[in-house]
Order: sequence, then C-alpha cells, then structure tokens
Amino acid sequence: MTPAERSRGGGGAGAHAVSRRAFLRGLGTAAVTAAATGTAAAAAELEKAGGEATVGPGEVPLEFTLNGRVVRTSVEPRETLLDVLRMRFGLTGAKEGCDRGTCGACTVLLDGRPIYACMRLALEAAGSAIETIEGQSLAGELSPVQAAFVQHDALQCGFCTPGFVMTTTALLRVHPKPTEAEVRHACSGHLCRCGSQPHIVRAALAAAGVATTSPSTADSLRHDHA
Amino acid sequence: MPEWPKDPKYIGKSTPRVDGAKKVSGAAKYAHDVQPGGCLYGAVLRSRWAAAKITAIDLAPALKLRGVKAAILVRDGARQVRYYGDELAAVAATSRRVALDALRAIQIVAEPQPHVVKEHLAAKPDAPRVFAETPNTGAGRERTQGDPDKAFAESDVVVEGLYATQVEIHQPMETHGGVASFEDGELTAWHSTQGISGVRDGLAGALDLPQNKVRVLGEFMGGGFGAKFSAGVEGVLAARLSQAAGAPVRLVLTRFDESLAVGNRPSTFQKIRLGARADGTLTAFSMESYGCAGYAAGGPSAGGSTNSGFPAPYIYRVPHFRTRHTEVSIHAGPAAAFRAPGCPPASFGIESILDELAVKLGIDPVELRIKNDPMELRQRQYRLAAERFGWAAKYRRPGSSPGPVKVGVGCAGSAWRVPGGGTQAEIEVSPDGSVEIRCGTQDLGTGTHTVIAVVAAELLGLTPAEIQVRIADSRFPPSGASGGSMTVTSVTPAVYDVCTKAIEELKKASGLADVRGPQWKAACRRLGVAPLVVQGRWIDGLSAAGTGGVQMAEVEVDTETGFVRVRRVTCVQDAGLVVNRLTARSQANGGIMMGIGYALYENRVMDSTSGVMLNPNFETYKLPGIADVPEIDIEFMDLPERRVMGIGEPVTIPTASAIANAVANAIGARVTSLPITPDKVLAALGKVPGAAKDHPHDAWMSLFGARPA
Repeated sequence: MTPAERSRGGGGAGAHAVSRRAFLRGLGTAAVTAAATGTAAAAAELEKAGGEATVGPGEVPLEFTLNGRVVRTSVEPRETLLDVLRMRFGLTGAKEGCDRGTCGACTVLLDGRPIYACMRLALEAAGSAIETIEGQSLAGELSPVQAAFVQHDALQCGFCTPGFVMTTTALLRVHPKPTEAEVRHACSGHLCRCGSQPHIVRAALAAAGVATTSPSTADSLRHDHA
Repeated sequence: MPEWPKDPKYIGKSTPRVDGAKKVSGAAKYAHDVQPGGCLYGAVLRSRWAAAKITAIDLAPALKLRGVKAAILVRDGARQVRYYGDELAAVAATSRRVALDALRAIQIVAEPQPHVVKEHLAAKPDAPRVFAETPNTGAGRERTQGDPDKAFAESDVVVEGLYATQVEIHQPMETHGGVASFEDGELTAWHSTQGISGVRDGLAGALDLPQNKVRVLGEFMGGGFGAKFSAGVEGVLAARLSQAAGAPVRLVLTRFDESLAVGNRPSTFQKIRLGARADGTLTAFSMESYGCAGYAAGGPSAGGSTNSGFPAPYIYRVPHFRTRHTEVSIHAGPAAAFRAPGCPPASFGIESILDELAVKLGIDPVELRIKNDPMELRQRQYRLAAERFGWAAKYRRPGSSPGPVKVGVGCAGSAWRVPGGGTQAEIEVSPDGSVEIRCGTQDLGTGTHTVIAVVAAELLGLTPAEIQVRIADSRFPPSGASGGSMTVTSVTPAVYDVCTKAIEELKKASGLADVRGPQWKAACRRLGVAPLVVQGRWIDGLSAAGTGGVQMAEVEVDTETGFVRVRRVTCVQDAGLVVNRLTARSQANGGIMMGIGYALYENRVMDSTSGVMLNPNFETYKLPGIADVPEIDIEFMDLPERRVMGIGEPVTIPTASAIANAVANAIGARVTSLPITPDKVLAALGKVPGAAKDHPHDAWMSLFGARPA
C-alpha cells in the first residue's frame, strides 16, 4: 500500500494517521504557526483544525499482528518498522541494505503485500498483519519457497535472501503459476550483489512447480545434475 | 603425494549449501544482526569538505545530549582531510536517532582548501595537491621487453586506441562494520570481514591490546569482494567507543558511508598501440597508462590491489612491448582490492584493441585470440565456447545487423594464478560419531561451509549434513584471509589432512581396519569418553593455481535510445577439480552479473565544483538487477588432474570486455570507456554531439598530452 492509499483510510491503522484532507484543511493556519512557534504548536493547531490526534515525540503504544501473534509495544513515532522489528523484537532476518527503499533487503509483508520496512514508520503497521522471514518456517520446516531457494542455490552471502524470499512468497500467493517475466517483475525491487539472480528466477519457478522455458535456467538444470 | 578420491560421491557433484536453511529463514546472524544486552548505536561523522584543514572539533555539544554515551575523535589535534567522507569523529548513543542527533551537534572549525576530483585535472602541474609535499602524479613505472620501436616499424599493421575504465564500488549488500564488546578487558568483535585473523591483529594493534585478548567472529557476512580485509576505521572506532562507553557498540556503515570511504576499483586510462603481421600475429605493444586509486594512490605497482596498476599486455604473447604506468591522486575515497584487482581494466584495454585489429585485418576475433594466446587450454576453450555459443553463425561484419535494434557478439579471455596455502584446521570426532571441523577461515557467500562439509563427508564416508562446520572464529586454527580466489585451494587440503589423519587415529584407537562410512559409528564408540581431536594443515599436491577462462557475449543495442541489453553470455571456465558444482555455478553467475554492471551501469560520479560524490546510494549508483539477467551458459571444464582451483575472481574478468566488443560489433562504432551508457552509444553513432567540453575522450587526451605512447 502506498502512503497515499494509507492516508485515504485504506489500511487498518486509522488511530494515529493524520488524513490528507485534515492535513490540508489545517495547513493554512498551521504552516504559518509552525514557522513562528515550532512544530509542537503546529501539531496542536492541526489537531484543532482536523480534530485528529497527533502523537509523539515520546513513545506511544503500538499493536499489530506479527507472524500470526498479536504483539504490543511502544515506539517513538519516528522509528521505522524495520528498526522496531530488528531491534525490539529481535527479528533480524529483514536486513538494512540502504535505508531508503532501493535494495529490498528489508522486505516484509504487510497484510500480505511486500513492503520495504525501512520506508514505513512502525506506527503505520498499527492494526495490520506483518509477516517476516522468521514466520515462514515457524514449525521448523522450510516453506516451499525457502526450500527451493536452498535446493537451487538462489543465494550466496544470503544478506538479500530474506527479502527475495518474502517477495517471491507474496507473488506465489497471488500468482501460483507465474511466468519467468512475472518473477523478474516481482523481484525487480531487490538487489543482490553476489549475482544470484539467475538462480533466484529458477528457484521461484521451481517453488511454483513451473517448468522453465528459458535456455539459461534449462542449462543450469542440465549441468547441475550432470 | 596425496590424491583426491578417484570415484567421488560428493566432490564434483551439486550439494545444496549446508547453511542454506539458516540463510533462507533469517536464522543466520550477520555482524549487523548481533545485539548484546545494552548495545549502543555507533555512528561516524564524516568530512563534508573534499579538502580542508580541520583546526578544532568540539564534541561537548554532542555529549550533552540525553542518551549519548561516548563521543571520540578519529585523530587528535589539527589535521588534514583529503576527501568528502573522510572520518572525523564517532559517537555512541542509546538509539540510532539520538546518535544521528549527536553527529549534527558536533562543532567543527575547518579551513576549506582547493580540491581536485577529476583525474585529468589532477594530473596538471598547477592542480591543487592532494599531498602538499608531492605532485599528484607519481614518477611512473616503465617496463620494456625486446625492441618495441623496431618491432612497430616492421609491423604490417598498427592500431591505436584510448580506453578508460571507471571507478567501481564494491557495494556488498551488508555494509562494513559490526559490534564491539569489552568484558573483563577482553574485546569481542563481530565483524563483517573476509579475514578474521587480520581483523584480530588490526584491532589488537590499534587498541594496544595483546592479541590473545581479542576475539573476532563472523560466521555469516554479507559480501566483501575485496573491500573487507581489515578492521577498518569503523572497526577500530566501534572498539574505542565501546571502551569509552563501557558498553557494547554496534557501528555499521550507512550506504552513504559505504559508497564514499571503504574502497573501490581504481579508474584507468590506457593509450595503447598494437602492431601485428598481416596474418594477425602480434609483434609489438605499447601502452601509456594512468590510474587513480583516490587520495591514497600508492607507488607504482603491477599488483593493482590498493593502487591502480594492472597487467599489460595481460594474457597475450607479444614479443616486444613497452608499458609506462603513472598513478594520479585526487580528493576522493581510497581504492581497495576488488575482485581480480587490475584484471578487468587490463582486459578491457587489450581486448578492445584486439577487436580493432581483427576488424582492420578482416580476421575473426576468436581466431585472432587463438593465434596469440599462449595458453593451450584457453585456445581449446575458445573453440568449445564458440561451438556452444554459435559464434560462427552469429559473428558478422561490425554494424551490419539490420534494423534499428542491432545485435552483436564479442569475446574475451581471462587468467588467474594465486596459489592457496597457510591454512590450519582441526577435527573433533565424538564417541557418538558426530564430527566437528574447526577452521579460522570465512564464508563470503562462496560456500566455504559447504565445501568443507563436502570434502570431509567424502573422506570420512559420511554425508555433508553430518559434518558440523565451524568457521570464522579467531580462536580456531588460523587460515588466511579469503581473497585471491584462494579460500577453496587453501582450506580443502587442510580438511583433507585432518580427515585422513583422523581416520588413521581412529583405526588405532578402535582396532578396526576400516572405520569409514558404515563402520564409522562403531569405531567412534570405541573411543570411550574422550573425543578424538586431530590437528592438520595445508598440504601440497591437492590444489593448484593457473586457471584460464573465456566468455562470449551477445548484445542488442537500440540505436534510437542507445540502450544496451545483454542477451546471452557463454562462460567456459577451467575450474580444475570442481568441489561443489552448485555453488561454483553461483559464483560464475555472480561474476557475470558483476561484469554486466561494470560494463553498462556502475560508475562513481564526482562533482568538480563541490568535490563530493554525486551518487552515494543505490538509486543513482546503478547495480545490475534481475531484469538484466541474460541467458547464461556455464561450462566448467572438468579437469580433476589439475586439482582444486578457485574461480571467484576469474569469472568476472572477461565479461565487460566481451560485452564492450559485442556492442562495437553491433553498432560498428566503439564506445571506448566503461560504463557503456546510452549517451556514449548515441555519441559513438554520431546521433548526439560527442565533442562537448566534458566528453570523456577529450578530457582524457589532456592526460597524455602530445607524447606518443
């Protein structure tokens, strides 16, 4: 979900979000006030104008579903979802590769859709269901996507791998039999410096049980099992 | 002489990574992921000037902030900064946000100075100096063989060209850094590194600690490519901050930091002349070259790891040659060893001019290489690759492909010869039959864990899953750093040694004549209560150096947009005795993907006016992605008699050269500098003005002046 969709009330968060309309309504007076008296006063103005609550700068409570369990914590409004997952919940599978939404190593699923956790405030996850890589093999058994990644060596250093696995997982839920082009398109927001992309394509198709048609993936199979 | 088993069950086959499940489930803990209790966040303050004298740094305002536990200077007293990104100070705080607040609070008094960030400008006599006491260009180093002047005069044909390669940045997905923690005066560092022993010694030296009080760990690390051999400024700062704060400190670089300060592949500028007989036999080569390793240009060297030297005329046999290489310093971040240091730039220059010669003589580029390549194996590889690739049907006169999207093919060769050695290892066999192998090596993603498990399983008659591999702990028997494609050649003979010794010991202890495979558990039970621990080391005769490889590329070039797409790459690589085919394939894929980035996208862009790097992030420093994956056809020549060899570096050497030659073949004009971006393609086609002030070719010509090469 894009931030714009979220502010139109598309998600389950609501409680802490300042809607776009309320923000604009309040802007006329609040922006001027902000320049004169600082952001705290501006927030108060906004609150009056829009009738919605502002939060922070101190910690505020947050509740969401994490890998199937409801969790409660408190966070600074400026903390990212990635930091909260990694540092408060110790779920370090999602990695920080760029901190600006360009590498995909931090990808988790928000209500089933892959998102860059470094580009979300933790508060935006309020009321949502977050899935991380750690939730993919809770029973100790690898998911089909994870197993295919291992089997086809769709990883080298492994730092980008959790992100690719999460996006592939989300893709296969929506498109159980994707084409190679659909795999490439779905994974185009992820970087892998080790250059494991050829095997990633292969693993994703194998996890879906799709026969590969591309000569490169066919060659790979021929050689690996020689 | 020791020998590898003749009819192997695992060696040479495909074994999925033994640590794969940990990596796909988030269980693998990287240095970035380690969180000891009470861990603080570290951050580094960097110079925002390309050149300046720093007269004072006031840390007090940072220390006053709530949550800031330590703030330290990188160096005391007045100092010089020589590039945008040079480390000045560091802080440790209770949260990342507070640490960033603290960096902003630090006050600096600086006297900015003139800077120079472009090589051709830095080479001018009146350029601002990077080091006040020395000119920006070194004396240069000349090598001569035979009588090149006479050989050129007698050549039937002479071709000339000017070729340039860019600064490429390693950009491992896991940035540099880690966690440092002191307990009872002993330092433990979880460090993202290619060399735990070197980091241990580096930290001990920098903090004046005995080496036996420092432990370095790094079981999982997110890529290095040559940039992660040392403790680094950030590693030392983490340890110093931890000392100052009395708490563990996590200091990992941002992508911005990573792009500026921890290494890159030097740029090169190569003015080449090549003479040949009418039949294509090379007779004479001369090259005047410059290279730039950032501010820290070292002395002249052919090694090219932390300086800009490179081998020439690379892999080809030319009886008469003269080369002259000069280092240039600029106000920019320093170079570091980078996957096959010196070789991709060397390959780009020589392979480009070879194709120019082939066109001039009307000889097939593959035939020209076979004629002049002294390595018989690589000659065979060219024939094999040509067949797999369909070269004969695909090679056409340059620019003769019909339509606006033109197709072309190119080829290039590689060599690599760094022998392994120096590794010690240890095996512990428990009475229940379980096996643990300990070795102070590293797994950069190359599959070291798995290679060790495969070799041990083969020798002991067990399965790879039964071997517990413990690596990347400086308390284990030492191995070398993982560089030079020598991890597999260093580690596997040591594993062979401990396993064969363990078998002999177990035979003695158990009284059984055969302890392998089905007998293993029964034999181990006879050990009683004490496990069998056996040490061993690298032995000669099991691994070797001296691989060769060739690659062929097919590209399509849109002559309306200038955009290049790589359609297919064929890689024929001598890998000696392949230990694990699956992970070896991954390395070859990775080398090719990295070569695509070097050929088409990657480039550090410096701004002359401000002296800053303009693209220290992934949205403007372009890496190849999954949409760029071509058809990749990999053939490892199975030559077990050549013993175990490393391939991580050679597989990336020829890719960019083959692509560049394919682009020239497609459009009938050559882009002479990497990366081959659409603007350069359109300029080569004469579709956009190519003689602008900043056109790279004109800029570089000023480096060489009027002097003949």
